[in-house]
Amino acid sequence: MYAYTLKRLIQGVITVWFIATATFVAMHSVPGDPLLNERGVNAEIRRNLEERYGFDRPIFDQYLIYMTNMARGDFGISFTQQNRSVNDIIREHFPVSAALGVLAIVFAGLGGVLWGALTALYRNRLPDVIVMFLVILGISVPSFVIAALSQLALVGLNDLVGFSVLPVAGWGSILHMLIPSLVLGLGTMAFLTRLMRSSMLEIINADFIRTAYSKGLPPTRVFIKHQLRNAILPVITVLGPAIAAITTGGFVVELVFAIPGLGRFFVQAVQQLDYTVIMGTTVFYGAFLVFMVIAVDLIYGLVDPRVRLE
Amino acid sequence: MSNTIPNVSNSLTRSASFQLVWLGIAATLGFALLMVLLSWASALTGSGTSTLNAIDAESGTLTLQLSTEPPQLDSTRATDSVSIMILGHVMEGLLRFDANNQLVPGVAERWEIREDGATFWLREDARWSDGLPVTAHDFSFAWHAALAPETASEYAFILYPLKNAEAINTGTLPGDALGVHAINDRVLEVEFEQPLAYFEELVAFPTYNPIREDFYRNRDGRYGADVEDLLYNGPFEMTVWVHGAHLRLEKNTDYWDRERVRLNVIDIPYFTTDTTAALNLFKDGQIAIVDYLGAEQLDEVLRQRWELLRFGDGSVWFLAFNFDSGRATSNWHLRKALQLVTDPSELVNRIIKLPGNLPGKSLFPVWLQGVNGFFRQEYPAPQIALDASAAREHLRLAMEELGLDEPPSLALLVDDTPGAGRQAEYFQNLYGTQLGIDIRIDRQIFKQRLAKMQNQDFDLATYGWGPDFADPLTFGELFASWNPNNNGRFSNQEYDQSVRLAQSSLDPHIRMNAFGRQQEILFEEVALIPNYERGRVYIKDRRLQGVVRRAVGPDPDFTNAYIVENP
Repeated sequence: MYAYTLKRLIQGVITVWFIATATFVAMHSVPGDPLLNERGVNAEIRRNLEERYGFDRPIFDQYLIYMTNMARGDFGISFTQQNRSVNDIIREHFPVSAALGVLAIVFAGLGGVLWGALTALYRNRLPDVIVMFLVILGISVPSFVIAALSQLALVGLNDLVGFSVLPVAGWGSILHMLIPSLVLGLGTMAFLTRLMRSSMLEIINADFIRTAYSKGLPPTRVFIKHQLRNAILPVITVLGPAIAAITTGGFVVELVFAIPGLGRFFVQAVQQLDYTVIMGTTVFYGAFLVFMVIAVDLIYGLVDPRVRLE
Repeated sequence: MSNTIPNVSNSLTRSASFQLVWLGIAATLGFALLMVLLSWASALTGSGTSTLNAIDAESGTLTLQLSTEPPQLDSTRATDSVSIMILGHVMEGLLRFDANNQLVPGVAERWEIREDGATFWLREDARWSDGLPVTAHDFSFAWHAALAPETASEYAFILYPLKNAEAINTGTLPGDALGVHAINDRVLEVEFEQPLAYFEELVAFPTYNPIREDFYRNRDGRYGADVEDLLYNGPFEMTVWVHGAHLRLEKNTDYWDRERVRLNVIDIPYFTTDTTAALNLFKDGQIAIVDYLGAEQLDEVLRQRWELLRFGDGSVWFLAFNFDSGRATSNWHLRKALQLVTDPSELVNRIIKLPGNLPGKSLFPVWLQGVNGFFRQEYPAPQIALDASAAREHLRLAMEELGLDEPPSLALLVDDTPGAGRQAEYFQNLYGTQLGIDIRIDRQIFKQRLAKMQNQDFDLATYGWGPDFADPLTFGELFASWNPNNNGRFSNQEYDQSVRLAQSSLDPHIRMNAFGRQQEILFEEVALIPNYERGRVYIKDRRLQGVVRRAVGPDPDFTNAYIVENP
């Protein structure tokens, strides 16, 4: 177990290094010039800028310098916010994305498991049909549409009631998080519902369930101990990547609901060719994803006795 | 016997439903706990304070949304409009703009501008937010800092009229050679590189704002990065800055002209570039103004019967040509042919469709001042008579000179915004049907478009230019052969001389004549095809009055704003 964990962690570090290198190469081969701005500058100011950002050095030197700094945990200074370090940006904005993501995952996980179990139990009856129709909507409608519509609905609701039931946008209290995280988690919730439903159906008539009943176990115990625990395994497998996807994929939701998350920096940095922020956020999210996958594999071993981690 | 095994699936359904209820209750409890934790977390990363409605008359509070938080509040390095707007509220230079967009005394109570330099006498009661007086040294230090090569200020060029400034910025002279001297705490002496007619306009620009040396040095490179990393001397001071989440400006009670400031608090808890979200916030009564609207939002505004306000943002948009000799666009006849079929009013009325935009006629916009009145009234823009047959004749000549058998194919470089796309398609259609010229639309993201402009990798490009200061020179200079923003490398000796004259002459008649001549040359040479002077539409709460929108300087400006309870 420990050896396995160690092995996976070493693999993880190599993966992150590879992500960093690939991003560095890709970023530098994207056309465009990060130092250009609306106002063109003369050659001298240009040279001052290049010196400031180390662009006057050969590209391989830049790579070495960057990697050394990164190994020390220093992601450098943002190009667009020249007096803020990328570390500050991640430290201040990732908790926002994470808080939103946790709530979204809770919505998605609870909703997915419950709806999935429900639809499986009511297979081919009205509740199943309704929920599965909603699930298809949830999977196919993009989040920016849902985000905009739900915000519009909020405005309408507040107008109807005459006071602000829920804030339309912004950040700073739990009320600000409810709708955005629901929107953010909706796609995953729909996906998990389908997954849960099909894996429930697979085992609902399995032999070991029949055995459980025949040895006299009460149905609740059968449901919890045997059905849910077995059906939930595939859900846990996808939960790791789903958490990473939700915490990184919040760009649209953050934009529409004016939420100060890291997703915005992640996307805007690419548009602005803000090299240090691109590198910082990509490496950070890469490491995060790798870590989540490892964590899920370890948890999997705990939940599923058939899996032995070696 | 078969009864010993009950109907499994039915009893399972029933008890499982009970089970689900229990799970539901447990989940609700777990959820409540999670909520408490998350609410604590969001309070840490957010503002923590509850926000009021758009306008709170009792406390004199205004709530706003901005497209982004200010990226750079170090005035030596600020370049973008949001930073400049915030700086305009929390800082004050020697001069500032009043509610009528006129220059009025700021930190300087009086000044004298001579041929070789200027003297500013600073007021005694100008204070930093820590109570110390604003002195001439603070200006001298800020200007030195902006010009120091290691600062790498993109706007350093705006200080170049100061003696030796350019040489210091390029590293050929040491910083102490700068022609700026604090004679004592309250007298600032400035030497010019050459006579300068528009220095008053320049010192209102944020790069000329004061910075206190001891404070700046103490910040260790973080000056302007956070609320505690700034000193304020303007009408407001910043009291809260949670990055990306919340900005709060409160009336600066140490400000010398505090009687003028009628708002107590400007609260900015929303940052998003999504104008639809801004409109929703406005509809919900959370923000007092939506400062830019898109064409797609006009319907909603009209339906809601909100008052649609408009103003010119001062910028001029045009088609730029590539004058590189290898390009077809370097041919005068070709440019003339394009000019003769381009009708800017059609573009404005049919494509842009947003009120407030003016059809472009000249590089010099209508709002610029001339000698006594508006420049464009004193020096009207040359009229373009649309003439398709003359255009085709010019095209024929162009093809002859270029040795082409058929009309050339031209690359039109544009931004990746929806509006730019529609304009590009308009030009593609126009030049295709009128002249048979094939326009290839080259849509690029912001930085890549800039890089292609800079590398002269285009035939035609849509381009906009906003003023840095209120003098025709900020536009005229654009086509000087040495200007780094002259991306098509238009080069004309007479034009260059005329710009030099306008830069150094102090006589308004000579200067305006020079700009008039520049306007003619640009037309004769077809150096550009003007498209439009950009207008903006916005909406605001009727209770909010005294908001100033402007082309030059911080915009929007709330320093003169006030609240009326029953409009």
